[in-house]
Amino acid sequence: MNAKVDPTQSGDDGEPTPPRSAGAKQEDAPGNPLDLEAAYSDSHVGEVLDGLERELVGLAPVKGRIRDIAALLLIDKLRRAVGLSSGPPALHMSFTGNPGTGKTTVAMRMAEILHRLGYVRKGHLVAVTRDDLVGQYIGHTAPKTREVLKRAMGGVLFIDEAYYLYRPENERDYGQEAIEILLQFMENQRDDLVVILAGYKDRMETFFRSNPGMSSRVAHHIDFPDYSQEELLAIARLMLQQMQYRLSGRADEALGQYIGKRRAQPHFANARSIRNALDRARLRQASRLFERKGVAISRAELETIEEADIRASRVFAGSASQNDPGQNAASKSL
Amino acid sequence: MRITQGTFSFLPDLTDAQIASQVEYCLAKGWAVSLEYTDDPHPRNTYWEMFGTPMFDIRDAAGVMTEVSACRKTFPNHYIKVNAFDSTRGRESLRLSFIIGRPAAEPGFDLVRQEGPGRTVRYTTRTYAAERPEGERY
Repeated sequence: MNAKVDPTQSGDDGEPTPPRSAGAKQEDAPGNPLDLEAAYSDSHVGEVLDGLERELVGLAPVKGRIRDIAALLLIDKLRRAVGLSSGPPALHMSFTGNPGTGKTTVAMRMAEILHRLGYVRKGHLVAVTRDDLVGQYIGHTAPKTREVLKRAMGGVLFIDEAYYLYRPENERDYGQEAIEILLQFMENQRDDLVVILAGYKDRMETFFRSNPGMSSRVAHHIDFPDYSQEELLAIARLMLQQMQYRLSGRADEALGQYIGKRRAQPHFANARSIRNALDRARLRQASRLFERKGVAISRAELETIEEADIRASRVFAGSASQNDPGQNAASKSL
Repeated sequence: MRITQGTFSFLPDLTDAQIASQVEYCLAKGWAVSLEYTDDPHPRNTYWEMFGTPMFDIRDAAGVMTEVSACRKTFPNHYIKVNAFDSTRGRESLRLSFIIGRPAAEPGFDLVRQEGPGRTVRYTTRTYAAERPEGERY
């Protein structure tokens, strides 16, 4: 027994594969470092990862995970090229996090990364919710779910708020049927389709606990943390830059205060709240400029958001009356 | 007798991979792919039954191929064809149509002669399978 175990163990400790066909592997060995470099630049996945780094603020754990996955896929590809076994990687994922933490955005990037690495053929993202999958009548759900799955094939299916699929309180709910079809496709058509489930963390955990089949087929659970104050401010600046606006110095300061106040309020949806706030600031800027009919407007004025545009927000209304009543009255009149 | 209708009909039957790459070509051109089946393969029978709706918003051939295998499972002994419809203004018609499924045994066609006035003869064909009612032909 011992004599039989020893050789395999020594093989595992050292390099398990070369002894079997040493000749073939030695030929490949010198080419490997080159291959990795070439495969990396061929796939252009670096550009996507850099874009991720550049355009997404914060989210360090998420980026780390995506890098890991991209590395695994790249190495798997190389392993296959030299004839090492590489099981088709399980790529179904679950994104959990509070609203506005960038789950959909990252899913879109994920689709692109998987496409660059050749794991999905088209790289499009089909985003659906319960309504798109579950029908209203008996026999309505299966065709509806299949239709969506067919549409998503060759790309990524993103199911937002996936836990709504499962409603334990109603035993006649058709969500279960959709889950079963989904599972069947996730298992049998792994080459054609990557499924990403997204939602709030605690509710997703309940969902996975009550659907162990789903949980075991989802390989990557990625949690999206909430943004800090500085990250939110950086996101706001990035958004404005993309919309070709800029903040005046005092507006920047006001925005910082706004974010601090808004975060403490209920229904705060991270980056989404920031986007909405900026959209409202743009509205106020537009009407402020519109009021001054007859005066020529310069390019700088068109692209600048002033302090008042931000101070006019309802968020400041509660506390501004104590701090700075004059300011508040002024901004209300605008 | 092997029925030859549509594109590729004088070639051996296409494999699934070949069908998928033809479908991929159609999708790349922006054509909507649909499936049709019949058990009346008369050459003048232009309108076969549709299997599901035309797949307008599919991006990848894999989606069509699941439908193909579903259709084959439902109608193992029917003729099945893939159609690609081009909706471009001014074209609005089929661009490609090929048979991807056929019954195991195809009995062929009977040549029917009809005696007309003045010793004229009218010819027509009729598949032997069509003697039986629809659904029991192959």
